[in-house]
Amino acid sequence: MTSVAATPAPRARPRGPRIGRALKPVVFVILLAPAAWLTFALLTDRLQGDVVKIIEIDTGTLALRSLAYTLAITPLRQLTGWSWLATYRRMLGLFVFFYATLHMLIYFGLDLELQFGEIWASIAKRPYITIGMVSWLILVPLAITSPNAIAKKLGGARWKQLHRLTYLVAITATTHYLWAVKKDTFWPLVYFGLFAALLLVRLVRLRRTASTTRS
Amino acid sequence: MLIRKHIEPPSSEITPEREYLNRRQFLGMVGSMGAITAAGALTQAVLGAVQPAGAQQGEELTDEEKVTSYNNYYEFGTDKEDPKANSQRFRTRPWTVKVEGLCRNKGDMPLDGLLSPSKVEDRIYRFRCVEAWSAVIPWRGIPLADVIRRADPLPGAKFVEIYTLLDPSQMPGQRSGSISWPYVEGLRLDEAMHPLALLATGMYGKTLPNQNGAPLRLVVPWKYGFKNIKAIVRLKFTDSQPTSTWMRAASNEYGFYANVNPTVDHPRWSQARDRKLGDLLRKPTPMFNGYEAQVASLYSGMDLRRNF
Repeated sequence: MTSVAATPAPRARPRGPRIGRALKPVVFVILLAPAAWLTFALLTDRLQGDVVKIIEIDTGTLALRSLAYTLAITPLRQLTGWSWLATYRRMLGLFVFFYATLHMLIYFGLDLELQFGEIWASIAKRPYITIGMVSWLILVPLAITSPNAIAKKLGGARWKQLHRLTYLVAITATTHYLWAVKKDTFWPLVYFGLFAALLLVRLVRLRRTASTTRS
Repeated sequence: MLIRKHIEPPSSEITPEREYLNRRQFLGMVGSMGAITAAGALTQAVLGAVQPAGAQQGEELTDEEKVTSYNNYYEFGTDKEDPKANSQRFRTRPWTVKVEGLCRNKGDMPLDGLLSPSKVEDRIYRFRCVEAWSAVIPWRGIPLADVIRRADPLPGAKFVEIYTLLDPSQMPGQRSGSISWPYVEGLRLDEAMHPLALLATGMYGKTLPNQNGAPLRLVVPWKYGFKNIKAIVRLKFTDSQPTSTWMRAASNEYGFYANVNPTVDHPRWSQARDRKLGDLLRKPTPMFNGYEAQVASLYSGMDLRRNF
């Protein structure tokens, strides 16, 4: 189906793809549900407190969480042999872009109220905003190259190389989170640990395949 | 009269159990209502600072629900909704406040004894969090100056250092080290003696909710919210400037004075404008949170950019 995750399926699992395809709309709805809830809660005055801060922080967290799901797909697929998982990767990745874009628009539009002086000053002066902005900019080419046609035009190898930037985003986005919080560094560090573990799994795997091909 | 409107509880709130248990405080409060009416002119003067004649837009009281659901109180957790969720079983009676340091009347004071000589007052103040959100809150309490006068500080006393309860068994946040415990704050003695400085025991005409700092918290409306230390157990008179918890945690971001100042940015955000809880748009933050006329003289000649 998707050529983008062009790793050959290790074993044929006849029933897998069907389950995977059937569940995809469900996963889509689950991932979109927080955005729907936040919109509803905002419009009906259900958010108690600093409403803009609440939706700003929530969309940021949702972007990071989607990123964790995206990066977990390949190791999980290799671990379980469920090749159909690969078809989820693009959808999850686009959710990262969706929530990160919302997060940024809320910050510039509602938090800084589109005061361009403030926006520019925040990007230039505040390192956590600078690195947040960088993270979003890295996501842009990844989102643009996600349609099959464009991926095909780009070529598998180059596409793959480009999309390795996802790991860079994992680092910059988590740094943004760490620098944005006051003293409550628990969750940023959890994400750091998680991303480090996922990267490690991939590196170990890479080295193992490299050594087996050599021998 | 404006004050009474907020004092009279709706019929649905007549004598809930908690209020019954705090009936002594309630009696004191009823007694003080007459006094408030009598001293109407004085109270009005305080209110005048908050609600200028022809009340400005956005100066209405903030929803009680928002003020009691969105709190920074790390002792009960670092998320804004944690304090409400985790503080409901917090024991606020019996409660003792230790008065110590450079003063004549040292000792452990039961809370009622600390409060009872003073007349309980209602004050509507603006509240400005360092995170650039704000509220307008009707507090109830006694002037901090009263307690200080009764403690009778020695001539050498220049500051008052204030401590929150340390009790990890009741305060789950204290079991982890996000900041150092117990929470410490401090004021220069002349700041502490200022008539705006309040020791609050209630808000919205009720006993202070646990998540808002029961049974006793500080309210200094011209300073950022984190100066308003909660669950106070200790007042210590000192001759040197105390190091507050947030100074210790990040001295480049939080200073001793922490006066609301729209011209001095926090390193991570602008302090020029604030958003009232529940609002979508920000409004300009006034100097000293709108109390410039009352408190500016405390800082005359000081560089407020350095002494942030």
